[in-house]
Amino acid sequence: MSEPVAQVGGGIIDAPDSPVLDVDPGINATSPKIAPWELRFTSYDVEAFEVPRGREEQWRFTPLRRLRGLHDGSATAAGRIGVSVASGFGDAASSDLGGVRHETVGRDDPRLGDGGVPADRVAAQAWSAAREAHVVTVNEARSDDEPLTVTVTGPGEGQSAYAHLQLRLEHHAEAVVVLDHRGSGTVAANTEFVVADGAKLTVVEVHDWADDAVYVGAQHLSVGRDATIRHTSVTLGGDLVRLSPVVNYRAPGGDVELDGLYFADGGQHFEQRLLVDHSVPNCRSRVTYKGALQGVDGGTAAHTVWVGDVLIRKAAEGTDTYELNRNLLLTDNARADSVPNLEIETGEIVGAGHASATGRFDDEQLFYLMARGIPEAQARRLVVRGFFGEVIQKVRVPALRDRLEAAIEAELEAIGS
Amino acid sequence: MSTLEIRDLHVEVETESGPKEILRGVDLTVNSNETHAIMGPNGSGKSTLAYSIAGHPKYTVTKGQVLLDGEDVLEMAVDERARAGLFLAMQYPVEVPGVSMSNFLRSAATATRGEAPKVRHWVKEVKGAMSDLEIDPAFAERSVNEGFSGGEKKRHEVLQMSLLKPKIAILDETDSGLDVDALRVVSKGVNEYKAQSDVGVLLITHYTRILRYIAPDRVHVFVNGRVAASGGPELADELEENGYERFLGAKEEQPA
Repeated sequence: MSEPVAQVGGGIIDAPDSPVLDVDPGINATSPKIAPWELRFTSYDVEAFEVPRGREEQWRFTPLRRLRGLHDGSATAAGRIGVSVASGFGDAASSDLGGVRHETVGRDDPRLGDGGVPADRVAAQAWSAAREAHVVTVNEARSDDEPLTVTVTGPGEGQSAYAHLQLRLEHHAEAVVVLDHRGSGTVAANTEFVVADGAKLTVVEVHDWADDAVYVGAQHLSVGRDATIRHTSVTLGGDLVRLSPVVNYRAPGGDVELDGLYFADGGQHFEQRLLVDHSVPNCRSRVTYKGALQGVDGGTAAHTVWVGDVLIRKAAEGTDTYELNRNLLLTDNARADSVPNLEIETGEIVGAGHASATGRFDDEQLFYLMARGIPEAQARRLVVRGFFGEVIQKVRVPALRDRLEAAIEAELEAIGS
Repeated sequence: MSTLEIRDLHVEVETESGPKEILRGVDLTVNSNETHAIMGPNGSGKSTLAYSIAGHPKYTVTKGQVLLDGEDVLEMAVDERARAGLFLAMQYPVEVPGVSMSNFLRSAATATRGEAPKVRHWVKEVKGAMSDLEIDPAFAERSVNEGFSGGEKKRHEVLQMSLLKPKIAILDETDSGLDVDALRVVSKGVNEYKAQSDVGVLLITHYTRILRYIAPDRVHVFVNGRVAASGGPELADELEENGYERFLGAKEEQPA
């Protein structure tokens, strides 16, 4: 990184006459009048961003009070995150990484920023204040049976830290990666996924933080020519988790699927803000995020936010995109905001659509299952497991899939119905 | 031997203009090995009767009793009613995305039988029952009712009945929306379960067509929320001939 780079993307975007739109507006689906990328500004320099006050489109859903100063420079990041890399997952993990390289590098490493540029103040703060960065490089086609596990551990209760992690897949490399976040504390992070031409990354990013944790992270996905990314984001734990994945296509032929699963309990704030920036021709994207919420009577509401921005720029002919968000409210005292935005500057596309729906637990489904003798608690579990099924089934690491299913079961046990 | 007794059953639903009474004093008794047909025009309350017995939360019982072998069904939760031996084949089976038919059937069989069926026997049992109903085995891995045609849904309702082995089965317009071939297959499934069990059947229908395949012992004409007339199979023939007019006319002479 030679000098701070600032860029302003977008401009006023008009939709063409005949986009292929398939709109299924949900209960809470709303479209803001000003598309966020009109104002989309990126920079490595924290001072280039104003301190958010809470009214900005980017921050309007986030309870800033609970960010513990990550957004205004008042956080004292004396803590450290732990980063460990293993071959295999769970019991099968081994420290023998074979051809995979794990380096700890300084802020001036020229590879940093290959994934993308921060687009909000917290990401820029983490960028400029992180003490070091972890770079994990894969330059071979690894077998699906040998996932890499990168474990990120929080700095501990009462501690704050800035984190920077880059996962690089060189030309035609292939890897399945579990990026496992856990522990306590306050973290602001940049995570770069740099996938070179013809490479294929399957990554499951798990946020299974302790109850006290606050994590605000920007995920920068860089997609090379004919490269493939399957990114699954799972958020289960933490007081506040805010994730902002941005997909940057660098050349034609990129293929990205972003799947997500989140399960918020009373008091938790889980926020996902996605931008898929179709800036080059003939790329594909699919977004499928599913969330469940269960509040507790009398407590703070469970709150989830999903903002899915898809931008098809004028040059991006042949784009094929679809995004979907579904939320399941299991109890009262839960709030799911769901805001899909699709902006299209060219009509020469394969397809573009979005769908968003937020609904209460379907009593008719419950009645049907119970009318066959299935007790209520089990019927609820079946329905919720079914709801998340299409996301979980795509997780290619069986031991992780088991862990996620068990975690969802445990969440459901908590309502005790 | 089992008996389902419905005594002076009154049921209402909540509407925008307040509660509305749909069932106005239903009396009916169904014993094992009997098939009762309930016939009536649209809006007469036939489906309400079916869903009230099954315990759908939309319906409120204001008066009367439903007893299964003397036990108070109305005191039971929906799942308890099913485990007690009641089965409702629904007119509009519900789609449950992400839950496979095989998982669903096994969960339901485990619940109603009180223990998980042995895997090897179970697989064979399901395959046999599906084959009898001419259901493609591939349906076992599909989500419950999702994207099924009307006929496929009805076949699966009868499939569930034959696997869950209820004492009393209520078939709510199981014939609606079926072409002749599907009607034949579904009827055959019902008749086979009747032959191998002591099930008592309450067959709710708008048309006499299904009664050519499933022979009723008793026929009840259902009008305006109650049984207006009862008789043998010949009553169905009369309805086929003359329709419901006679019974609708009679209704107006009764005090409301």
